Formats: sequence, C-alpha cells, structure tokens
Amino acid sequence: MIMIFLILSGLSILFISGVPALFFSSSSEKGHYVTVFLVVLGSITGCIGTAFSFATDIPPTLIISWTIPLGNFAVAVDKLSAFFLIPVFIIPALGSIYSLGYWKQKEHTANGQKLGFFFGTLAGSMALIVIAHDGILFLIAWESMALSAFFCLTTEDHKKEIRDAGFVYFVCTHIGTLILFIMFILWNSTTGSFILTQTQTLSKQTTGIIFIFAFIGFSFKAGFIPFHVWLPDAHANAPSHVSAVMSAVVLKMGIYGIIRFSGLLMVSEPWWGIVLLCVGAITGLSGIVFAFSQTDFKRILAYSSIENIGIIGMGIGLALLGRSYAKPELVILGMGGAFFHVLNHSFFKALLFFNSGAVIHATGTQNIELMGGLAKKMPFSAFMFIIGAVAISALPPLNGFVSEWLLYLGFFKSIEPSTTSNITLIALAAVVLAMIGTLALATFVKMYSIVFLGSPRSEMKNHSHAPALSMKIPMFVLAGFCIITGILPVLVTPLLDGAISAWTAYNPDSLVISKLIPLHFITATGLLLIAIVIIIIVLYKKASTPYKTIKGITWDCGYTKPTPRMQYTGTSFAQIITQLFSFILLPKISKTSQLQHFPEKTHFHYTVADLILSRLVYPVLYFIRKLFFRMYIFQQGQPNLYVLYIIVMVLLLFIFGGIGVDL
Amino acid sequence: MIQIFIHLLVLLIFPPLLPGVVNKTKALFAGRTGAPFFQLYYDIFKLMKKGMVISSTTTWVFTVAPVITLSCVLIAGLIIPIGNAPSCIFFTGDFLVFTYLFGLARFFTTAAALDTGSAFEGMGSSREVTFASLIEPALFFAFIVLVKLTGSLNLSGMVKAGSAIQYHTGSIASLVMIILGLYILFLAENSRIPVDDPNTHLELTMIHEVMVLDHSGPLLGIIEYASAMKFFVIGSILINIVISIFSITGWINYIVFIAGMLILSFVVGVTESIMARLKMSRVPSLLISSILLCGSSFIILLR
Repeated sequence: MIMIFLILSGLSILFISGVPALFFSSSSEKGHYVTVFLVVLGSITGCIGTAFSFATDIPPTLIISWTIPLGNFAVAVDKLSAFFLIPVFIIPALGSIYSLGYWKQKEHTANGQKLGFFFGTLAGSMALIVIAHDGILFLIAWESMALSAFFCLTTEDHKKEIRDAGFVYFVCTHIGTLILFIMFILWNSTTGSFILTQTQTLSKQTTGIIFIFAFIGFSFKAGFIPFHVWLPDAHANAPSHVSAVMSAVVLKMGIYGIIRFSGLLMVSEPWWGIVLLCVGAITGLSGIVFAFSQTDFKRILAYSSIENIGIIGMGIGLALLGRSYAKPELVILGMGGAFFHVLNHSFFKALLFFNSGAVIHATGTQNIELMGGLAKKMPFSAFMFIIGAVAISALPPLNGFVSEWLLYLGFFKSIEPSTTSNITLIALAAVVLAMIGTLALATFVKMYSIVFLGSPRSEMKNHSHAPALSMKIPMFVLAGFCIITGILPVLVTPLLDGAISAWTAYNPDSLVISKLIPLHFITATGLLLIAIVIIIIVLYKKASTPYKTIKGITWDCGYTKPTPRMQYTGTSFAQIITQLFSFILLPKISKTSQLQHFPEKTHFHYTVADLILSRLVYPVLYFIRKLFFRMYIFQQGQPNLYVLYIIVMVLLLFIFGGIGVDL
Repeated sequence: MIQIFIHLLVLLIFPPLLPGVVNKTKALFAGRTGAPFFQLYYDIFKLMKKGMVISSTTTWVFTVAPVITLSCVLIAGLIIPIGNAPSCIFFTGDFLVFTYLFGLARFFTTAAALDTGSAFEGMGSSREVTFASLIEPALFFAFIVLVKLTGSLNLSGMVKAGSAIQYHTGSIASLVMIILGLYILFLAENSRIPVDDPNTHLELTMIHEVMVLDHSGPLLGIIEYASAMKFFVIGSILINIVISIFSITGWINYIVFIAGMLILSFVVGVTESIMARLKMSRVPSLLISSILLCGSSFIILLR
C-alpha cells in the first residue's frame, strides 16, 4: 500500500509543480528553479513507489468513495502500470532539467510560467492515467493530459503556425476522446461497472466492438496511420523538451490504452492481432518513408516516432495472435519486444529531441538543408546524436537492436516447421520490419551527416556555443540508458516479464524472456564488438605513427575549389527513395526547366506534405464547409428574422401538439 | 578447439585471395595476363606503410568508420559456419545480429562518406543506403525459407553443411530460387557488376568505390581488407547452402568449402566479363527481382 501513496504523492507534486512559480516575478529565474525542484522531487518519489510495486506480486489497489457521480476514485498499480510509470516519471523530470537552459524564464517572460505549470500537470495526469482503475477517473486524467499537452505545445501562441498545429491537435484528440466515451459507455453497460478488471464472461461480438472503439480512440493519441495527422506539426512546433515528452511519453499513453484494454478483454479473436499487425506494418513503413523525405529537423523525428509506434503495434499484434492461437512464446516475444521498444523509444527519441533543441538554439533554423559541419562546433551534441541515431536505427550494440531482435525472433518463431500453417504468414512481418530498419538507418545517416558533418551549407546564426550544462545532463543520462540497456538487456527483462504477466494470464515463472532466448549472447557480442574496435584502433595507431598524415582539402576528382553549396543535401540524399515511393509521398516539385542557350537563374523546390492531412482530411473538411455555406440563407444576421423562426417553431409545436403527434 | 583455430585462420587470411581470382578470371576473358592472384595482399601491405591525406572537413567519424566496418565484418565472419563445424559464435537469433552488424558497418561507411562534404561521396552513400533497403527484404525472405526448411533459428543450423537430411522433398526448387536471389544480393552487397563497377574510379556510376574516395593509406588498406572479408562472409552463406544440398560431411567439407569459394569467385568473374553494368535507374528492378525470387520461393514452400 505504501507504494500507492508514494506514487500518488509523486504525481500530486508533479501536478502542482508549476504553481509556486506563478507567485514569483516573471523575469526572475527563482520560480523556475522551484518548479524544476518540485518536478524532480515528484519524479523521484514516484520512481521509488514504482520500484516498490515491481517487488510485490499482488497489485495494490486503493478505492476511495467519491461524491462525483458514476465513478469511484480507484487506483491500482499492477506491473503493467508500473512499467509505463518508468518513462512517465523519468522523461518529464529530465525535460524539466533541460528547460533550465533551453527555456530560460528570463528570456521567455511571457510564457515561461505557463509552460512550467502545464508541463507539471501533463506529467501528473499521465501518471494518473497509468494507475487509474476506474473508467471515469481514466477519462478525467485523459482529458487533463490532452488539455495540458495542448497548452504546452501552443506555448508560443503568438505564432500562427503554432496555433494551427495546436488546433489540429485539439480536434484530433477530442475525436479520440469521444470514441473513448463510447467505449467506456459500452464497457459500463456490458460489465455493469466502470471498474477496469479482466472480463471473461463477455461474448466475442461485444469484446470485438469494445476493442475496435478502444483501438481507434487510443490510436488518435498513439499516432497510428491514418490517425496521426496532428502529430508531425505538433511535434515540429512545440518547444523541444515538450516535443520530447510528447513523443517519448504522451504517444505511449495511446499504446498503454491499447495494451491495457486488449489485456482486460480476455475473450479475443485472431482478427484483433491481424488488424494490429497490418496497421502497425503500414504505419511503420509509411512513417519512415515520410521521415526520410522530410527536411525539417523535428518533423523527421516526428515521423520517425510514427514509425516506432508502428513497430510497437506489430509487437502487440504478434502477442494478440499468440494469445488467440495459444502460443505462449509468441506472446512473450511480441509483448516483450513491444514493451522494450516502448522504453527504448522513450529513451532515444527524448535524447534526439533534446538534441534538436540544442541544435536549433545554436543555428536558429529547423531546416537541415541549411545546416552542416556542426560536429566541429558542437562535438558533445554530435556525439550524443550519433548514439541516439545508432540506437534508433536498431543497430547493435545499443538498445534499439535488442527490442527489434525480440520482435524478429517472435516473427521467426511462427514459421518453425512444427507450427501450423495458419500463422506462417506472420513471418512476412519480419520482411517489413527489415525494410523499416534499413530505411530508418538511411534516415538517420542522412540526418546525422547533413546536420553535423561536411561543411556549413549556409551562414547560420551560429552562436556556436556548446549547450548549457543543464541541457547536457539529460542527454548524457539518456545516452547512458541507451548504452546500458543495449549491452545488458538482462537488467530490463525482469520488468518486461512482470508487465507481460500482468497483461496475460500466463504463469510468469514458467516462461520468461531470459529463458526463452539467449540474452547473454547479446551482451557478449556487444562487448566483443567494442573490444575488437578498440584493439584495431590501438593496432592502427601503432602501425600508422611512423608515417606522416597530411591535412588537405576534400579530393573532388581534381577540382580544387569545392564549395559547401556543392555538397549533397538531405533532399538529394533521399532522392532515389522518394522517387520510388512517390506514389504515397506525392511530392510537390517546382523547378525551372533550362530551355535557353545560356544559363539563367534557376530554382528547385521540393516539399512533401502529409498524405492523409493534405489529400484526405482537408479536402473532406473543405467540402463539408462548402455544403454548410448553403445554410447562410437561413442565417441572415437580422434579429427580426430569428424572432420569426421562433414564432414559426412555436406555432408548429402547437399545431402538432394539437393533433396529438409527439415531436 | 582446432576447428575454431581453422575458422579464424581461414577468415583472417583467405579472403584477399578471392578478388584476385575474380580479376584473374576477368583477365582470362579479356585475353590479358592480369594481376597475380595475391595482388590484394601486396596492395594491403603496401597501403599499411603509407602516409595519409585526410580532408580538413572531416571529423572522427571518417577515421573510425573503416575500423568499425572491419570489426563488424569480423564478428559476422565468426557467426558464419565454415566446413563441418558450427561457427565460433552461435545462438538463437544470431542471423539477425549478423545482418544488423552489416547495418552498423553501413551506417558508419555512409556517414564517413558524407563527412568529406564531397558531392561524389554523397551520391555514393545515397545509392548505398537506397539499394541496401531494396535488397534487405530478399535476405529476410531467404531467412524465412531457411527457417521453415530447417527449423533452426541460428545461422549455423540454417545453412550448415550436412543439414540436407532435414530438407523435405520438393524443397529443392525453393532452395535454387533463394540461391539465385542471394547471388544477386551477394553481387549488390559487394558492389559488383551489374550493380556497381569496382574498377571505374572517377565516374558517377559507382557506389562503393566512390564512398571511399577520400580514404588513403592504412585506412584504405583496412577498407580493402574489410571488403574482401565481406565478399568472403556473404559468399560463404551461399556456398554453405549449395554444399548442404549435396550432403557432404566430415573433414572433406573444408576442402569442398574452399573450392566452393574459389568457384564462386570464378563465377563472379565470368558474370563481370559477360555483362555490362546496368544503368543506375535500372538497378532497383534487378534488386526487386531478387526480392521476388526469394519471396516466390517462400510461396512455393507454403503451397
């Protein structure tokens, strides 16, 4: 029971962390320090509570009768909740520390306190979502998170594009919430209460309908295609530490919802898993293709978040299929991979977003085509970025590889000759995952190289300052997590096992990840790789010292005056792929064709807008708006006309009431 | 123990011979004497004793990339089986580590190419990542077929010589198709004609050679050594599958394996002699045909 109080007090401290700062002067840093202190304090309290709840086997539950109708204040911390509490407590704390250097109160007198306040409520309400044991409480926390996230991302609401992005987010999140309302009403009417406990007595049809509503409702938050339309703009326009929290944790709340409700609905059918596997595969593949074609630093990261959500979805799909066909090892590997990827993605994506803040701060632009050569001026950021990039491209020896390795093994387990042929086609997901992996690699090679390598492509603002210490520490911590969980995944797997056992009914002792697959070999291979690299470097240093090394200009095949403008850009790097995938990217290209004998001034412009938003959502909405223009005939804006409408209506009521028609 | 020793010996010493065989074959077709078989050994030794010119644009990535590439290929070489012994390292899921090690090598090679800020090298690395992402599905289809046939989730079990007993009848068609698909993959990964031309140094048409344009001296030596080893490592998967069809076991396996690698190099030489490099815009079609071959073999297996 102590852990529930620790977690509750942690999240309460998070909730009110921004309040004291409101009483300080808006131009002094003191309030900001108090906020950061409270966020860190709340997170540490919560983390201690989370650690305790991993140690107990019986999930502690706390139910307080509440005067608000319909629901109780019921919270429960099982190991699934505890697992999601890890990123919920860690990432916002790091983001808050980061904001000390990134969003200085002195420089942002207009909105610093507001951001601090809503940042705290965002973190607190996410912790409440994860432990809510009652539908009404869940929805209250969900709405509180949605609103806090809205106010966080529209921090600079004097800019039009930020207001627009916020508006799209606002609409999307509420459509999602509306669908969740329907889901919870169905839940209440079929189970008889709003309490979220496992159900075994419902019919297949009922659970199927509840699952579909839950999946669509939560997908709006998680960002599965085609429900992702708010995501790229929102991430690109928010302050970087807010983008980090949005991508690393807020999206995961959607994933948490899907996992939680698919776990609560015990009666399931194979199509659930197939839907998640297919939607995940489509989301992953198109997410990364879009990421590769973008040129805005934070939009690339946002689309890559969509890709990673797709990968997580594929893992959940695999686990659901394993549950339907009673294949425990598929459940363990699918869910284990999905959980591990949730954690990994929150680490490396937060790292990359923190990095984007430092880079954008230093260069004054988000367009990677204008950057270049930053590794010389910001070696720390460059090094942190390459760790994040290697991790997110799922390359050994970092953590991204381990979670995808679990998923791959799950997919390949489904084709062992002993298995029946009805699940053999799951293996095709491995092919999709392989393609996603190579495209992710291409995307992050492009990003790292265009931003940090080569020579500067434009006169950047170039404060050329290294990021402040408060911005470096969070990046350093996250990079450390990426390395440690990559080399020593055995540290994480007990947490995964706990979360899996909370999700499913399988006995956690009989099947655990570390018994199913040889994790120590991952450790061994990782260490061997590092060792061999070091040995070769030492040998190479010894062998090459007697011979001289000359610095020169880049060899451009005899051309001695290369200019930075001649370098490959992000767009040209991605050109072949964007051409191959132009059927979904639908790029807009504007260029001058050279028809005259003598060269003229030319231009080339290339943009890839979001497919669903620009080709589906906006056209449909514009069409609906056009239809509603016809209503203007009735809405002339003259009061006497409206009085006439009232009189006509009243008369109609009298007439129909008189002849006995019920209206 | 002795098998591990032989494995390391073959892995470290044998690979540079193979490009020599390829070049000798090409010389034979062209009616030339050609460079000696051991030319690459001489080249590597010579490069190790040279000074270097390093572009002032570059960072540490440029210097470290060849080292990481060599390390990755080396570990991948420890995962493949040679002869009748299982490989030095084998565990469930090692084939994924094998594949992703090449990914790590590719990450650093392409980043190092872009590190120089040269348009040529940018072009090369752009093509490298693109073609890699088109060819990777073929490799995974091949893995799926092998897992389905052998039921093994480690590379040694999947391609090990002598596992023919596990293949049920009617699987030969699938095996032939993945061998063809993997041969295309092998040519593409090792930047051979018809995907890439290792000999045209200063042209816009090449991929691997252009990425290492700025490396010189010992770094170039490491790169040459690593790419010879990559030729060996990827080729050995192909050869192991072929050998397993003929159910050869025992110590003769080593001789058959070495002979197989030499024949593979000869076949590559013949392919290079009788074919021209494809137009760059046609290369994706070739790579996709390799996906189709491996994918169809999976379908045949499921029928």
